[in-house]
Amino acid sequence: MKRLLIAASMLTLYAGSSYAADLQTMMDDPNQWVIQTGDYKNQRYSELDQINKDNVKDLQVAWTFSTGVLRGHEGSPLVVGDVMYVHTPFPNIVYALDLKNDGKIIWKYEPKQDPNVIPVMCCDTVNRGVAYADGKIILHQADTTVVALDAKTGDVVWSVVNGDPSKGETNTATVMPVKDKVIVGISGGEFGVRGSVTAYSLKDGKKIWRAYSMGPDSDILVDPEKTTVLGKPVGKDSGLNTWEGDQWKIGGGTTWGWYSYDAEENLIYYGTGNPSTWNPTQRPGDNRWSMTIMARDADTGVARWFYQMTPHDEWDYDGINEMILTEQKIDGKDRKLLTHFDRNGFGYTLDRVTGELLVAEKYDPAVNWATEVVMDKNSDQYGRPQVVAKYSTEQNGEDVNSTGICPAALGSKDQQPASYSPKTELFYVPTNHVCMDYEPFHVAYTAGQPYVGATLSMYPAPDSHGGMGNFIAWDNTEGKIKWSIPEQFSVWSGALATAGDVVFYGTLEGYLKAVDSTTGKELYKFKTPSGIIGNVMTYSQGGKQYVAVLSGVGGWAGIGLAAGLTNPNDGLGAVGGYAALSDYTALGGQLTVFSLPN
Amino acid sequence: MRKLKVFFAAALMATGAFSTTAMAEDVPDEVADVKADHSEDGRYFTQYDIPTYNIQADGTVDWPTYSGFRRYHSECHVCHGPEGEGSTYAPALKKSVMTMDYYDFVDVVTNGKQNVSASENLVMPAFGTNPNVMCYLNDIYVYLRARGTDAVPRGRPRKKEPKSDVIRADEKACLGGS
Repeated sequence: MKRLLIAASMLTLYAGSSYAADLQTMMDDPNQWVIQTGDYKNQRYSELDQINKDNVKDLQVAWTFSTGVLRGHEGSPLVVGDVMYVHTPFPNIVYALDLKNDGKIIWKYEPKQDPNVIPVMCCDTVNRGVAYADGKIILHQADTTVVALDAKTGDVVWSVVNGDPSKGETNTATVMPVKDKVIVGISGGEFGVRGSVTAYSLKDGKKIWRAYSMGPDSDILVDPEKTTVLGKPVGKDSGLNTWEGDQWKIGGGTTWGWYSYDAEENLIYYGTGNPSTWNPTQRPGDNRWSMTIMARDADTGVARWFYQMTPHDEWDYDGINEMILTEQKIDGKDRKLLTHFDRNGFGYTLDRVTGELLVAEKYDPAVNWATEVVMDKNSDQYGRPQVVAKYSTEQNGEDVNSTGICPAALGSKDQQPASYSPKTELFYVPTNHVCMDYEPFHVAYTAGQPYVGATLSMYPAPDSHGGMGNFIAWDNTEGKIKWSIPEQFSVWSGALATAGDVVFYGTLEGYLKAVDSTTGKELYKFKTPSGIIGNVMTYSQGGKQYVAVLSGVGGWAGIGLAAGLTNPNDGLGAVGGYAALSDYTALGGQLTVFSLPN
Repeated sequence: MRKLKVFFAAALMATGAFSTTAMAEDVPDEVADVKADHSEDGRYFTQYDIPTYNIQADGTVDWPTYSGFRRYHSECHVCHGPEGEGSTYAPALKKSVMTMDYYDFVDVVTNGKQNVSASENLVMPAFGTNPNVMCYLNDIYVYLRARGTDAVPRGRPRKKEPKSDVIRADEKACLGGS
């Protein structure tokens, strides 16, 4: 009996690291796709090469599945063993499909949520998918309930509530399981929510730590001496002393993007969103730590380093986009890198161990709000963007319309994740090519009500190809675009690169496209039933490689683009990019799975 | 013919997420009338005392229409799309306001509206406690009516009447002096 007890306690002790080892092993197996980002590095790269640049032209639809929901479908399905897990936007249904039995439904989970959460969600009721860990499927619902389902049966193992939708706190993001924890973010930057990241126990949903984006040191989990910003300690009260009064309490900096993790450093990486409100005059100061790349200890939440990309945002350049982790040489030295394509139009490369800034260059030539990011370590402007006065909505002031600002508020890229191929050492980036006019004005805060304070109009980048998007290949060590494919609409789909030298992405008209990873040459396209804002994934089953993507137009892209964007300076009847998306596609959630012919 | 009509109605309901359409002949005169009959301190009204827009021959818009353009694009467009054109999940308000009674418009914005079923998840929140919306309700209404009749084109109105002292004072009082 005694021996059994010892064995049992060892099991308990071991549990934390074994989840991690199991999950890492599963991520390393290219036949499966177990978390939304494919792996902890967010590379969205697959070793599968059965489908390659020579035969991808023969790709055909293997099978399809309707999700039964009409709104915008972001994220992707997962494949764990022989089971595929498919999620939907609100009401956040999860299906488990049997891949050995033509996708027969094994179980279906549909949570009951108060529909009052719908209008509190800015910009459609999207959800970026479920994650797998330790025999559980973890769903983060619109109403911020995090629920762990038994992967075999769909039964609820535990559930916990992360936020309060009546205050505008909602969720659109996936979660990231790390060791014995689940890392969870929050949305609501347009409702004056103060952003935070929370770690819950993977075993029972118990809260372990929470780190706010702004507020006292005890809230933002920093060590004033040891946590650094560009190599220097952040100092005391860094989350308070660049705010006036109590504005930090409704300060935004939400955390609805993708998360990555470096097991060696035990650090999680993510970006914080825009400060609240969109009227910069109402919140003087740098508004730290909104718009910040964060590196935090996975076990304690304490920050190792921060880097604020857009101090005192004046354009809603919400900094939540993914951090892609790579190991590459810079100046002949092996470096552990973090690459990030920010909404503000700069592609950043940092040393992810120290937070040192290595590269910051524009990844769309249209970007004009800043001339450069200062790289001189001795300058008092080190790491700061140099704002162009005529595009500064703060300097122009309240009730003044600043025109011709590039990029628009939706950024040169939004959340749609880029991909990295270690074979080419290139990043494949879905981008927006849209500019805006922005007029800030005074707003009052009411809990649970929109707290915006700016009028925007958006239009395709002028003096360009007339379209609203590009799909580009980017060299992160040089900070240069290698090739660029013009697209009529913003590319709002996550990319996938494979060892078959192919890169896949979706378009808002609904095309799944495959291009050559070296040249960008189009090799294949197929028009799916609705516009694609989901992410392309791949898996193999029974020795055959499949590529899958969710269709279902909507999201931010569905707001402006459904009606077409206009340039108030142009007459009506402009062609090309001005055409309305509704001329090309209609609503409808569907999964399309592709393979080569037998 | 009857069958055709039923089919047509069903088709209209099915496309509700994109547009709210009704036949012109169903619209009562008070709703159809957009003509400015009289004005008071820079605000215009129809003969039924319903707020309306006033666009001059050179394109100059009344202040409330301009204000409505701004407030609409702060508070409403993230669901209802630019310039009242609708989005993939919320109706085109420039069409809705042409068939909807003014008092119903006020009621829906103040108290919200839900249409939740197996096929639809349309939820309009209640803005009754939100001064950024409620203090500009008539402005947003007249702007949308001006869009619904194409009296103003898409985009920012280029010329506007000045803001009257009464409008400025009322705005301040409504926002609680903030």
